[in-house]
Amino acid sequence: MFEVRFHGRGGQGAVTAANILAMAAFKEGYHAQSFPFFGVERRGAPVQAFTRIDEKPIDIRMNVYSPHAVVVLDPSLLEIINVTEGLAEGGTIIINTSKSPADYDFNYKIATFDATSIALAHKLGSSASPIVNTAILGAYSKAIKNVSIENVMLAIKERAPAKKEENAMAAHEAYEKTILGWEK
Amino acid sequence: MKTMLRGNEAVAYAFKLAKINVFPMFPITPSTLVPEMISKFVANGELDAEFIPLDSEHSAISAAIGASLKGARVGTATASQGLALMHEILFIASGMRLPIVMGIGNRALSAPINIWCDHQDTMAERDAGWLQFYAESNQEGLDLILMAFKISEDKRVLLPSMVGLDAFVLTHTMEPVDIPEQDQVDEFLGEFKARYRTLDTKNPATFGAFGSPRHYMEFRYAQHLAMERAKHVIDEVFKEFGEKFGRNYSKINEEFTEDADIVFITMGSCTGTAREFIKMKRKEGKKIGLIKITVFRPFPKDEIRKALKGKKVVAVIDRNFSPGFGGAVYGEVLATMYGETETKIIDFIVGLGGRDITFQTFEKVLEIAEKSLEGEVEKINWIEVDKEAVEKEEMK
Repeated sequence: MFEVRFHGRGGQGAVTAANILAMAAFKEGYHAQSFPFFGVERRGAPVQAFTRIDEKPIDIRMNVYSPHAVVVLDPSLLEIINVTEGLAEGGTIIINTSKSPADYDFNYKIATFDATSIALAHKLGSSASPIVNTAILGAYSKAIKNVSIENVMLAIKERAPAKKEENAMAAHEAYEKTILGWEK
Repeated sequence: MKTMLRGNEAVAYAFKLAKINVFPMFPITPSTLVPEMISKFVANGELDAEFIPLDSEHSAISAAIGASLKGARVGTATASQGLALMHEILFIASGMRLPIVMGIGNRALSAPINIWCDHQDTMAERDAGWLQFYAESNQEGLDLILMAFKISEDKRVLLPSMVGLDAFVLTHTMEPVDIPEQDQVDEFLGEFKARYRTLDTKNPATFGAFGSPRHYMEFRYAQHLAMERAKHVIDEVFKEFGEKFGRNYSKINEEFTEDADIVFITMGSCTGTAREFIKMKRKEGKKIGLIKITVFRPFPKDEIRKALKGKKVVAVIDRNFSPGFGGAVYGEVLATMYGETETKIIDFIVGLGGRDITFQTFEKVLEIAEKSLEGEVEKINWIEVDKEAVEKEEMK
């Protein structure tokens, strides 16, 4: 079983990202489960969402406590919460940032990508509030590889509430541009 | 078609497949997505139904009664405070023998205000005369709504049903669900025909009129008989569903019970976590079994008595609490097992107000259950509660 935790801010679409990832994994032939942190969501407040991916049906229904990967939609969250909490040894952190993996000092595999500029290039959201949740799935596909970019794009087209093509293209561009810190 | 759905979406699809005629509603967390989707189905022309937004849950269930009396197939959805606000009308729906089906996002009751999962809302309506089903997964939620219509509408039953899906843990969780084909559902449910007297201007009649002491008890007795008959109808419908759709249901689901010394009894979404926990423990050689209760009303006394016969310890996992007694499921199991003196029945209050039910939770349950094999333990055990903090506060 592979478990993923998304960190975002209310309104950024972390929950939708977790759902689309589950959908893409399902298309890949896996069993999948996704859910929001069962909380009261307010715009701008830190939120979490989760995806589980497995080869066999997923029976457990408790929160994710030790994810294999964390996806950070908003780099400002790195200063206020410990995004690595419970992260399994050898786990991966995927961060939406204009910085590169070498700029971070985590004892984990780090992948970075600039979802904000990709989102703006594809006219997704505004500069004050870019929609980055589809681009990050492209980065996820590049970094984790258990879900192909093709299935990510298909899932986005099926599940994105608007601008399906633009969102799918943003994911593709993120896939191309993601920097994997562990590949020199 | 197998696809990824959240629990609320599965419920909405079930109502659409059942071709409901009327959906009166008032939205409430965590089941709001159900009416949202039904309104979309109606607006898109995918579902030919009357969508009636009302001013409260009290009005929503009242409208459901009116529509059902006119001979419509009626669905609605609510949770928690919404269900509590429906309380007095629930008895009218069952007393008038109307086969309304309601989806519930099982959620705690206030105070303090809490939007998360437990079974207190439906347990508080245990005696309202509605059939009660509890889903373990989104698939079960969809299937149980479909079957509830067939059971409720059966002439031998004619009682309303509620189908519970755990708040957030199911309502907001996306997972694979097989949406049955429309023609298969049509075949299974048949065209809706009210098998009871309906409102008709050509044949005026009064419904829900006065029942004097001369008549009232007979109406209650008739409800008792209908509930008793429902036990058999449920078996029939579950069987037919299994044959048609390949997914098998039973009032209680027994796993690993044959050689078990300790049996866990669960209801709803924590069952899967309990199953995984028990599988791990069985690898360590521990003889633990699992019984999931899917039908809580009518209560499956015969099945439970048979399944628990000769077991040493029964650990009842209650996601509800009746102050002054203990867990509601515990009470039912205790009464059912009266006279079976070799079986110890222990209550575990867990997961109230959305507290996560994890392997650790079951580890603590098992610890106490194992201890009871050697000697006496508390009858009612609150698991993962900060007792010290409460006691300190109470002493002030």
